[in-house]
Amino acid sequence: MERSGYHGRFGGMFIPEILVATFEELKTAFEEVKKDPSFWKVYQDLMSTYSCRPTPLTYSENLSRHFKGPHFYIKREDLNHTGAHKLNNVMGQGLVVQRMGKSRVIAETGAGQHGVATATMAAKFGFECTIYMGEVDVARQRPNVFWMEQLGATVIPVKDGARTLKDAINEALRDWAANMDTTHYVLGTVCGPHPFPEMVAYFQSIIGTEAKEQILDKVGRLPSRVYACVGGGSNALGIFQGFLDDSEVELVGVEAGGEGLKSGKHASRLASEDASVGVAQGYKTYFLQDDDGQMLETHSVAAGLDYIGVSPILSAYHEEGRVRFEATTNEEVLEATRLTMRKEGIIPALESAHALACTFREAPQMSGDDVVLVNLSGRGDKDIFTIADALGDESWKQFIATKAEAYSA
Amino acid sequence: MLEEYIRKRAEEKGILMMAHVVVGYPSLEESFELVKAIVAAGVDLMELQIPFSEPIADGPLILKANQSALAAGVKVDDCFEFAHRVTQTFDIPFLFMTYYNIVFKRGEERFFAEAKEAGIEGAIVPDIPPEEGDGYLAATAAHDIDPILIFSPTTTPDRLSYLANFGRGFFYCVARKGITGAKTTFSSELEEFLGRCRGVTDLPLALGFGVSQKEDVDFLKGKVEIAVIGSQALRILNDSGIEAVGDFFRGLR
Repeated sequence: MERSGYHGRFGGMFIPEILVATFEELKTAFEEVKKDPSFWKVYQDLMSTYSCRPTPLTYSENLSRHFKGPHFYIKREDLNHTGAHKLNNVMGQGLVVQRMGKSRVIAETGAGQHGVATATMAAKFGFECTIYMGEVDVARQRPNVFWMEQLGATVIPVKDGARTLKDAINEALRDWAANMDTTHYVLGTVCGPHPFPEMVAYFQSIIGTEAKEQILDKVGRLPSRVYACVGGGSNALGIFQGFLDDSEVELVGVEAGGEGLKSGKHASRLASEDASVGVAQGYKTYFLQDDDGQMLETHSVAAGLDYIGVSPILSAYHEEGRVRFEATTNEEVLEATRLTMRKEGIIPALESAHALACTFREAPQMSGDDVVLVNLSGRGDKDIFTIADALGDESWKQFIATKAEAYSA
Repeated sequence: MLEEYIRKRAEEKGILMMAHVVVGYPSLEESFELVKAIVAAGVDLMELQIPFSEPIADGPLILKANQSALAAGVKVDDCFEFAHRVTQTFDIPFLFMTYYNIVFKRGEERFFAEAKEAGIEGAIVPDIPPEEGDGYLAATAAHDIDPILIFSPTTTPDRLSYLANFGRGFFYCVARKGITGAKTTFSSELEEFLGRCRGVTDLPLALGFGVSQKEDVDFLKGKVEIAVIGSQALRILNDSGIEAVGDFFRGLR
């Protein structure tokens, strides 16, 4: 094994010896995939027939008018099959699993999106599938657990640690350490040991490649800013990759501000001063941790952003100054969700609404002529329980109470 | 020097036993009593695990002990004080076992300077392969602490030879795939693996993961110098208390 997978001073492969051979195998498989010109074609064909790629670019003229400029363009990853950008990565890794000849896939999931996408891929490719999900997340995301199980996956609630996403990742790594002969771990984001950050970024780059072509086609020039929410960072890196070499395009990553950065209840690794560099879950990056190096609990209304670490690739862009990081609070996010539904008839996932909220906050500083691109990483209607909860809708509560009564009768 | 101690003692005793204790579990005072009982039972070396919130190489039992210690407020400082206390009190070598972030956050240099001061003789950190470990290995060397590297059954022959360049004291052979605390089949396959390990190093070998009864220790006699007993002792501690752990170790040899 070579020291590899570094982005600036971040990344690497901090893995137990038992997993080294498996990571070597994966590195080799990924290198072959990148070199094989037919692979990307197969991937694109799959994504255009099984999902809805290329996803549309929507001009949001009502929002543009509402803010008196800039011109808002929204990249519609919410229109992917299973409702989010997650499928891009999962189908790509599914093709890699086929090439490696493995028969079982495992994955971690927080909000359940990546779990549903992986269960979907496993059903389509005929793989056995186990999903690890923190017990807390199982309780708050039951609809996604329902779908994963209907799709044939086994969902294992993780009862250790904070019982959220990070603990699900640990448990998936433990499973993998025992079952690597038959099993591939479909990591859901641009984090973890090399080659995961690069491999997931590679599949998600399809977003940025399409978006650049689409915006040039529609507007005839590059956007002045590109916004995306950042949990692990996969949708952000996906769209940013289309514009990295265009220095005139400002890239903005939006993290979960939770109840506000000063409250300490947030999940902002790069936009706050609360995170520091550490090594956990196999890679080096900024983590929300205490002085001893123990990981802290994170907070966000959006389960998909509720994570201790962030992509090593994004940490590097943060230090280089290529990407600016901001945080938006739960409150701003709910307001942005409401506005986007009313003005555009689009229901954003709460995760994606972080990017919208930041765009809305900064809109007054931009000229009416500016073009901004927002990555709408997922749709919100599947999160009806979470969004109805967050919006505190009374008639919804009444409906649930009545339903519960009927079930308990 | 761990190597010399192990060689000499293995000659006298046939096979040595290394125990594992999570510092601060169930409490700092009880883990001191636990160390006392285990040393009295004739154990030859001991790992002191500094608890970490993300122990990816550990199974459910040790994982829960880590969490419980952290929830009770155990700090890394407490672990250094604890190490100092036990190395002053008991006459066997103690090693730190932890994950790399604990070392990294304290600073590699400071971590090992303080470990030396606390009387620690070796370190087992499963998530720092040599490729990432320049600073780590330099700091262990600077403070005369033996970095214990891990050989696994999935490690290729080339890599075993590569790893052999970096370890000191002894090598820790992992009996099977997976994590701590699950069942291991003590088989000819395991013997072959140990043969491969023997082929790349002259240092003593320890074998851990799934060693849980006298038959396992007997199987390992003449094959390795050290049997490592971790999760099974913790299981007995949880079920029957400190005294039973002492009895368990007495019954192993």
